[in-house]
Amino acid sequence: MSALNGVRVIELANETNAFAGKLLGDMGADVILIEPVNGEPSRAYPPFVDDQPGDNHSLYFMHYNTSKRSVVLDLDTQAGQDAFKQLIYSSDILLESEPVNRLSDLGLDYKDLVKLQPKLIHAALTPYGRDQALSDLPVTDLTLMASSGPPWSCGYDDHSLPPVRGWGQQAYHTGCHYAFMSILTALLYRNVSGRGQFIDISISAALNVTTEASSYSWLVSGTTVQRQTGRHAATKPTAESQVKCADGRYVNTGVPPRFPEEFGRLLTWLTETGLAEDFPEAVFLDMGANWQGPFDLSLIGEDETITAIFMAGRDALMKIAHSSSAYDFFIGCQNSGLSVGIVYAPEEAFEDEHFQARGFPVEVQHDDLDRTITYPGAPYQLPVSPWSISRRAPHLGEHTTEILAGLATENDEHR
Amino acid sequence: MQGALSHIRICDFTGQLAGAGATKWLAAFGAEVIRIEDPVKEGRWDILRSTPPFIDARRGVNFGGGFNNHNTDKKGITLNLRTDKGKQILTEIIKKSDAVTENFAAGVLDKWGFSYEELKRIKPDIIYVSNCGFGHKGPYSQFKTWGPIVQAVSGLTFSSALPGQPPAGWGYSFMDHTGGYYMAMAIMLALLERDNSGLGQWVDLACTEAGLSLNGPALLDWTVNQRPMRQPGGFNSNRSQFTPMAPHGIYPCSGEDEWIAIACRNDSEWLSLHKIIQDNPQDQAETSWGRQFDHLQNRLDHQDELDQALASWTMQQDKFHLQDCLRQARIPVGAVQKPRERIDEDPTTECFDLWPTIQHSKMGQVRVDGLPARFSETPWQMTHGGPCLGEHTDEILMQLLDKSSDEVEQLREEGVI
Repeated sequence: MSALNGVRVIELANETNAFAGKLLGDMGADVILIEPVNGEPSRAYPPFVDDQPGDNHSLYFMHYNTSKRSVVLDLDTQAGQDAFKQLIYSSDILLESEPVNRLSDLGLDYKDLVKLQPKLIHAALTPYGRDQALSDLPVTDLTLMASSGPPWSCGYDDHSLPPVRGWGQQAYHTGCHYAFMSILTALLYRNVSGRGQFIDISISAALNVTTEASSYSWLVSGTTVQRQTGRHAATKPTAESQVKCADGRYVNTGVPPRFPEEFGRLLTWLTETGLAEDFPEAVFLDMGANWQGPFDLSLIGEDETITAIFMAGRDALMKIAHSSSAYDFFIGCQNSGLSVGIVYAPEEAFEDEHFQARGFPVEVQHDDLDRTITYPGAPYQLPVSPWSISRRAPHLGEHTTEILAGLATENDEHR
Repeated sequence: MQGALSHIRICDFTGQLAGAGATKWLAAFGAEVIRIEDPVKEGRWDILRSTPPFIDARRGVNFGGGFNNHNTDKKGITLNLRTDKGKQILTEIIKKSDAVTENFAAGVLDKWGFSYEELKRIKPDIIYVSNCGFGHKGPYSQFKTWGPIVQAVSGLTFSSALPGQPPAGWGYSFMDHTGGYYMAMAIMLALLERDNSGLGQWVDLACTEAGLSLNGPALLDWTVNQRPMRQPGGFNSNRSQFTPMAPHGIYPCSGEDEWIAIACRNDSEWLSLHKIIQDNPQDQAETSWGRQFDHLQNRLDHQDELDQALASWTMQQDKFHLQDCLRQARIPVGAVQKPRERIDEDPTTECFDLWPTIQHSKMGQVRVDGLPARFSETPWQMTHGGPCLGEHTDEILMQLLDKSSDEVEQLREEGVI
């Protein structure tokens, strides 16, 4: 069973929209990647299998193109355009990030294609939108991020250091998340109306509305957030929440204790580890543990007792962090009901027992490399329509013959 | 106007951003999203109900700016699920809903007597989407999270940093936004499955897994080449880690806290930039440098030196002027825009109607985050603000559940709503 069973997607290969194609393919859509004769350039992106560059060795391409088949078509030739139209005839979705006028110049834009396939859903994912000349200027993940909001909020207390871009192609990911959501929405509508449509998605706009309080502080109160080390950018400075533990690794201490049971458990922990002895503020934790009525956080700074208890909770967390490993702090606090996190490198998270137990790492057979490779797995678990990597990323044009021959048959049957 | 999802009704317990962001998308396309909140605690489980920013001096559960932003065009009712009658009303709503959505800690809905098994008994093809940090299964299923905790655990905080510094992380809850996107996807995927097979299901969404899946190539570099991202010397996330590009960074400009991002993907973009530098010498900036950087490998091998030299040139220039120059030369560039600049002064966001003004019942007119997609047949719409506490209780009970006004009055007297 599959949520996107029977949905055929034509994806014009481009690193910008590759992740949206993967999201579709891993949920069961038949994704056909149309590549130019020389292949999509990201086929040559590092890192490589065994650090050896070469055909079908790009781990970057392998990740973003799972569950797809590849067809080589030269859209600048009549034959290529004819084959493309035939593919559209049998397809549900066109996903592309072409220069804004390219498809209309070729006579292959939505207005042309809808005549062949009236139910077509055409999703165009571009840097600034389909009617913006700016979309045709070169961009990278970094430059899109910079002009669209996220880095303004990310970085350090020290503003002589530059704003920081969160790494990992998150600009493209965010655009692709919206492209995928848009396509799912259009499919649900098509199921009840029989109608397709054209969808224009802007990566920059997607990032602009993925900045939390940076946008709505300005929209609501005309205030501007300022970046801070390891915590939310804010309109007024806030207390640190990222701490270096005894093993040199970092944790995020989250929201400090504010409920009696949290103060109680913290005190127990301090006592058990012998840390309470040289922590005179423990007495305030005891008061917090026995607090009656609401613990009104808005009185911090005004009510001496509430302030002292709140500060003791924060200080106790810091004290424990300074004397334990990041992992012990994370597990210990969470077992005490405190929402804290360990700052894992991605590989450390991947190996953590929780994600292993949930089956997050998945094995994909690479017949071409004669080995099995472990991939990051399902972002969501749908038991009736499970996420899965149905095939490794395709070699260039691996399915050209199979698909074009199949088309001839399908279209014959249609006639 | 008919929306793309006007045929869908959601029985919605979500809140904060990770959950509310998901159903905001559905509501913008016409789904009837019925937020169910606790009258005893005045809906304060969603802390954004009463936290800043505020539009004026008024405070309280109906004035949180973030709540309004994330809950546009939803309906809000209050229901005391400690009472049998409250549970009965919820049962009636579930019967008429397509999906039940929540982002509580694992087990909360179960405790109220509405486990997935029970939901299925009420409506056999119901879709149930739960969204919590670590999911409902696995060793950490009882652990609690906020956006920053999810980011820390899933590797995203680590990979936002400058060398020699602690992680900078994301200065906001990127994974509350993104967790909400995955939740919206999960809801819609399950709806499509139901269209196909008639079957409902429980989707167990763990925000940390969604976050971890955003590290794809790095994880393959780990599983295939055993290369960890944690390396001595730290990490510079403003640089390009995989595709070789240099310069590739965020550089200072004139004025206070003004910056610009520049990336050269190849030698020809670098040569264009170099020409601009030569043509626009700046006082005190060393501009005789450059030729040794003509080749990509040299630029990659000496990035610190290159960045320093480039910064000495950029820091005397206006960021928008420099952005124009580099755009003309077709070099990837982006001024780091402040909220005012990207919201009020950037024509590319304006043309998407990205900041619509909605009408909130108490706050009046407020601008909110719109959506970054234009649909030719079924455009999204945002007209109403987030619901005040219990704003639509009477409407839902009377119109959806056919209660009389007397019955509603009695439920109110009994503390059920």
